[in-house]
Amino acid sequence: MRNARFVEDTITLKYGAGGSAMRALIEQVFAPGFGAVEGGIGLPEMDDGAALPLGDGRFLVITTDSHVVSPPFFPGGDIGRLAVCGTVNDLAMMGATEPLALTCAAILEDGLPRADLERIWASIRRACEEAGTTIVTGDTKVMRHGELDRIAIATTGVAIAPRIVSDRGLRPGDRVIVTGTVGDHGLAILATRGELALQTQLVSDVAPINGLVRAALAAGGDRIVAMKDPTRGGLASALHEMADKSGVGIVLDERAVPVRDEVRAAGELLGIDPLLVANEGKAVIGVRPDAADAVLAALRAHPLGGSAAIVGECIAERAGSVIVETGFGRRLLGEAEGELQPRIC
Amino acid sequence: MDSALVQLKFRDPARAAALEHALVAQAKRIGRAPVSIMHVCGSHEQAIAKFGLRAAFPDELDVVMGPGCPVCVTDVPEVDEAVALALAGVRVATYGDMLRVPGTSRSLADARAAGAKVDVVYGVAQAAELARTLAEPLVFFASGFETTAVATAAVLLADPPPNLSILSAHKYIPPVMEIVAEMPGSKIEGFLAAGHAATITGWGVFERFVARHRVPVVVAGFEPLDILAGLVRLVELIADGDVRVENAYPRCVSRDGNREAQARLWRVFEPQGGRWRGIAHVPNGNLRLRDELAAFDARRRFADEIARGLAQLWDHAPPALVAQCQCGDIMAGIASPHDCALFGRECTPDAPVGACMVSTEGTCRIWHQYGGHPDLRQLRRRAS
Repeated sequence: MRNARFVEDTITLKYGAGGSAMRALIEQVFAPGFGAVEGGIGLPEMDDGAALPLGDGRFLVITTDSHVVSPPFFPGGDIGRLAVCGTVNDLAMMGATEPLALTCAAILEDGLPRADLERIWASIRRACEEAGTTIVTGDTKVMRHGELDRIAIATTGVAIAPRIVSDRGLRPGDRVIVTGTVGDHGLAILATRGELALQTQLVSDVAPINGLVRAALAAGGDRIVAMKDPTRGGLASALHEMADKSGVGIVLDERAVPVRDEVRAAGELLGIDPLLVANEGKAVIGVRPDAADAVLAALRAHPLGGSAAIVGECIAERAGSVIVETGFGRRLLGEAEGELQPRIC
Repeated sequence: MDSALVQLKFRDPARAAALEHALVAQAKRIGRAPVSIMHVCGSHEQAIAKFGLRAAFPDELDVVMGPGCPVCVTDVPEVDEAVALALAGVRVATYGDMLRVPGTSRSLADARAAGAKVDVVYGVAQAAELARTLAEPLVFFASGFETTAVATAAVLLADPPPNLSILSAHKYIPPVMEIVAEMPGSKIEGFLAAGHAATITGWGVFERFVARHRVPVVVAGFEPLDILAGLVRLVELIADGDVRVENAYPRCVSRDGNREAQARLWRVFEPQGGRWRGIAHVPNGNLRLRDELAAFDARRRFADEIARGLAQLWDHAPPALVAQCQCGDIMAGIASPHDCALFGRECTPDAPVGACMVSTEGTCRIWHQYGGHPDLRQLRRRAS
């Protein structure tokens, strides 16, 4: 693995940012000698979830996700919708698009209004309906005032899949597709926060995309060789991880990456690259070149995939790197380090 | 939308390709390598890095960034003054970029973590608004070149709230270009000057510089096509041995600049000699408040508090890594971030050792974000 960086004595915010620091933490602290799955995918693979072989050729796919977000209600969604979508989408990224059921653990802060909780729960139910699943068991804890920012939610999801799609199957020549506009969620959240409160039309893209991924898999079958959802760390981290694990370089055509005008404008204003911030309703799909057009057409025919685009191609050189074709020249794509600080000066 | 129009006009890849070809042709005419060009502006470096222009530059051309980041050249004693004020209990407002700039032993962010009152604002106007809502004094720690100093001057000339004062770390660009041009070991054969500063000063301000140092200067804007067009003209001047100032940003910059803004600037500030971090003592390089505005000068108003806070600061030892920091050589254009042993290892944006890694306009920060690797040029040739 390319993570030469060493995890320090104190855990700071950067270890939760979804970038190279977080991967180093998993490699050095959580995964050594633990959690491997024979004939499947376990902790050492650091994929979106685990896949346990059932013995009949199929796999039990399981994933878990905890959610804290400030603010808990934001344009386009809330922490409840986020908690369901995060887990449903992680299952889908493994090729498991029919979630059997989810669990939900909620930790609440003393003083949380009941109305807020009911609003979040209604949103959880609605998201489950959209994804075609339900919550079958849960857990509730309450912490003292000040020990938590209002609410934290953890969800676990299970599904059975006939075939697993990992995040490491790319070969030189493969095409990289994103299923829609990038940067919507991250910039919507940043724009609503505290001192920066900008008046914007930005809306989070948070949505369950298992249906969209099902359509892509129906069109591409086993020509779809890698999938990842570009959540924390954004498209940049997803591409770096896929390039690194697959042992290829990825050339990204920056002009082909779909970004909404208002997201681009907010990004330029804040000095934050939309490629570095979270998406909560998008997938990055690696596909063999001969199937790229069919997969793209299937995505675009789906209500959530209208702006899907082929954005990159894999090369044998520069394994682990993501090279951006800007239209003017080339640069390497950086990854988010720690919390993104809006530019002021 | 205005910005969309600008983008269409000045971000056209077809025109960029034509300019890149012209740049290669002009560089070949010089017939030797490397030819070093310096720009003195963080916004230029941002655009060069973001659009990946270095990969398109001809091999003969070495474009380096000089001391063009105001946050980076703010000197340690200036940061110490701001930290001292904050530690002494005075409320300080500043730009977000200034928060993490290391002083001798601490930054304003450290002071804030220790309980000091430090506010982040977008600019001096917002600081003035904030002061109007407060009963206590507010010090605005002001950084930036003449472009930003003009804004500070405008606020001070427009009936500012009496509880507002300015701790000026404003800097004046023309004198530091003289220093860099005279630096021993300097191989700079041409300067790309910053278009936004020149909207204030006018391009005429560089005429004396050109006459004295015998190097051409081209004033350029910040869109990719502006930069490429400016470089083509500059390399052409170098090839012809033609030493003069040219304005490649005529839609914004005139020969005389904005005289009204200049008048305001010099009514409020006077140039004084002072250190720029990592560079040198720069005669007339610092902009300080004139005596007439002493009431708004935090250095005079809070002299006792600054002294008291500074005494506290010396109790802390400076971090050991600072000794290895190469920010000075990098800003002088003598070294690149890859020459620094700390770059990307001990020194990262979330744990900066030197000021160049703090600001989004700092060379190290920009290289770290966009990968300023010139060897992408080789990749391009193989692919095409």
